[in-house]
Amino acid sequence: MRKILVTLLFLLFGTSAYADCNIKSGSINILANDFPALRTFVETSKQCKGSADFKVTHSSEHNKIAVPALTANPSEFSARIAANSSIVPLMNQDLIRPLDDLVKKYGKGIQDSQLITIDGKVMAVAFMANTQHLYYREDVLKDMGIAVPKTYEEVVAASEKIRASGKMKYPYAAAYKAGWNLAEEFVNMFIGHGGEFFKAGSAQPNINNSKGVATLNMLKKLSELSNPDYLTHDSEAIKVEWESGNVALMTLWASRSGTLLDDEGDAKITAATKLTGPATVGGGNIPAATLWWDGFTLAKNRSDADAEATFRALAHAASNKKMVADAADQAVWLVEGFVPGPKSIGVIEAVKMGAKPYPMLPQMGLMHGALGSEIVEFLQGKESAEQALKDVEAAYISKAKEQGFL
Amino acid sequence: MPNKTFFWFFLPTGLAMILFIGLPIISTGIQSFYAQHDQVVKEVKKCDPFGCTVSIVVDNEETTKIRDAKPLGKFNGFGTYTDRNHLAVDEIKKFWNETESFGAFVDQVTNLPFYKALIFTLTYCLFVTPNVLLLGFIIALSLNAVARKIRGPLIFGTILPMIVTPLVGSLVLFWMIDSQGIIGANIQNLMNDPYLSLKSSKTLTWITIIIYGIWHHSPFAFVVFYAALQTVPQEPIEAAIIDGASRFQRIKHIVLPHIYPVVTFVALISLMDNFRVFEPIIGFSAEGSAQSLSWLIYDNLVNEEVILFGSAAATSMMTIIGIAILLAPVLIRTWKEFKTAR
Repeated sequence: MRKILVTLLFLLFGTSAYADCNIKSGSINILANDFPALRTFVETSKQCKGSADFKVTHSSEHNKIAVPALTANPSEFSARIAANSSIVPLMNQDLIRPLDDLVKKYGKGIQDSQLITIDGKVMAVAFMANTQHLYYREDVLKDMGIAVPKTYEEVVAASEKIRASGKMKYPYAAAYKAGWNLAEEFVNMFIGHGGEFFKAGSAQPNINNSKGVATLNMLKKLSELSNPDYLTHDSEAIKVEWESGNVALMTLWASRSGTLLDDEGDAKITAATKLTGPATVGGGNIPAATLWWDGFTLAKNRSDADAEATFRALAHAASNKKMVADAADQAVWLVEGFVPGPKSIGVIEAVKMGAKPYPMLPQMGLMHGALGSEIVEFLQGKESAEQALKDVEAAYISKAKEQGFL
Repeated sequence: MPNKTFFWFFLPTGLAMILFIGLPIISTGIQSFYAQHDQVVKEVKKCDPFGCTVSIVVDNEETTKIRDAKPLGKFNGFGTYTDRNHLAVDEIKKFWNETESFGAFVDQVTNLPFYKALIFTLTYCLFVTPNVLLLGFIIALSLNAVARKIRGPLIFGTILPMIVTPLVGSLVLFWMIDSQGIIGANIQNLMNDPYLSLKSSKTLTWITIIIYGIWHHSPFAFVVFYAALQTVPQEPIEAAIIDGASRFQRIKHIVLPHIYPVVTFVALISLMDNFRVFEPIIGFSAEGSAQSLSWLIYDNLVNEEVILFGSAAATSMMTIIGIAILLAPVLIRTWKEFKTAR
């Protein structure tokens, strides 16, 4: 934890040069999610491609493509930009290669804190950190005399007050779209309540308890303060809600702050948009949020020459001081030389408050999937919290049995 | 056509069907009887920018060994078919013994993912198919009656819903029924309820998807019926007019019997299409309120970060069986008619 604070808060003056860019051959093909920081990252690595063939696929559907594309031999992509959760299926299926040799040979500018090591082997190189945190409208809160909320209980109280004043019908927003997004909100809130998803040392689910019920009740309270279409709203949809001035409090990814605070849209709303750390919940002291890293991994089923070319290009970006200086607004970079600006407050606060990283467990994806579909009926008021949690556990157990985890 | 000619005529199609439909179905069937091997996990130290923890990973070396020995996985028989996420045999037995009333039992069963999806799929089929037939027939009759000059543009306009890509069509409607969209906002005003949302209510979502389904599929029925209407002989109709038959009587006694085989054909195709309803659920982001069998397959294959091949295969097989059951009455009837005709 210290380590990242140090990296984030202080500008370290190093002498290390940029990665060597003298790539002679090989072909580079990258699969990545689609948001501004990743585009910048991939563009930067492209500058160093030399005479290698360079292709990239940016897609918000990257999770659906990744495993099949990397399973093929030779794999379609030579690199995949992954995060805590999406590296797990790649590890489960043994689709990515250890990077130790390449790091030693070409990773001069990469800091040790950027290396994701599993069982002593470097499996990914992280370059940015992300989390979900609170955004608020300074003007609205000031008008109503509301202090910036620190807990979700305060968020609920503030939203109720704003609604009662008639200023906004749906003052709160978060990405509650049924499926992955909704499950992610549950994960955040459950961790905020101090929950553990699995019984210690096993893959047995452990969410049907008082913490799970409290989590669901809080999600329900918040959903009632949101646009009634919340079950169809992803991050992009709530960003639009925010920019149309319908929302005063919002939980959203740090990586989206750049597009919220850019020159597009209503200047008054943009000026009043302020960021703060993630909220805590239920009297807990760790935030109801998870820390994420984004980093690159290399496909196993691809020639060594391609892997080398890809690594050199991506390492160029993952150690590029100019990139992090130019694009300081787009992300909280983990790269040496990054000076955190006002848009990084969310992540830095989250780290300071001791936020936990998203659990990197082989069976977590199944739990996430079960959550995304089974808690919907509770939010719609069609079943009790206990029944919803029972359903989640039952759905998870069936899937985990089929996958051989139980 | 002599049988020999028919054989050569049919051979290329037949081969393609075996290759691209028959074999994949067989392979899916086999896959559905297998589950993944028991995962070999080990505890390791994991370090990321936020610190180090000790937790588990899949032991790839061991897993590869097991996988190489038995690449299909662990034989599971009907295990996947009967588990909670599919037919849920044990759960249903339990509910039957535990619940007091039949209503409570049904509530419990419809809470299971497979039955939830089955009910939506059947409801969709039962509402969309007859309405598509009816609407298609009415449009075909009306267009057949308008002046030839304006028929062309009218036909084009009518088949537009079919030309529009399903996903685009559903997205357009999706935005219109948004609580701030033109339809959604007006309904809120009309009902005087600012919290009313077509997208958050299960019933309203179902109705929206069904209406969309009728809108999208009617042109198909219309086109086929319109073509069939062109073959209706004029003489009996003229004779009926002279006998003083009303328009309704003419349609009931002359037109309908004439195009009856076509109606069967459209009904079959619509039933099959509707049983596989999928795009509108994605287009309307309706996963929360409406799940179909096809959506379950999709969910197993792409929504999880871990792909559940066994589950997806089992649901696929059950979808095929479901379609066969639905079509059976119509097929049997056609077969009987075919026999008597010979």
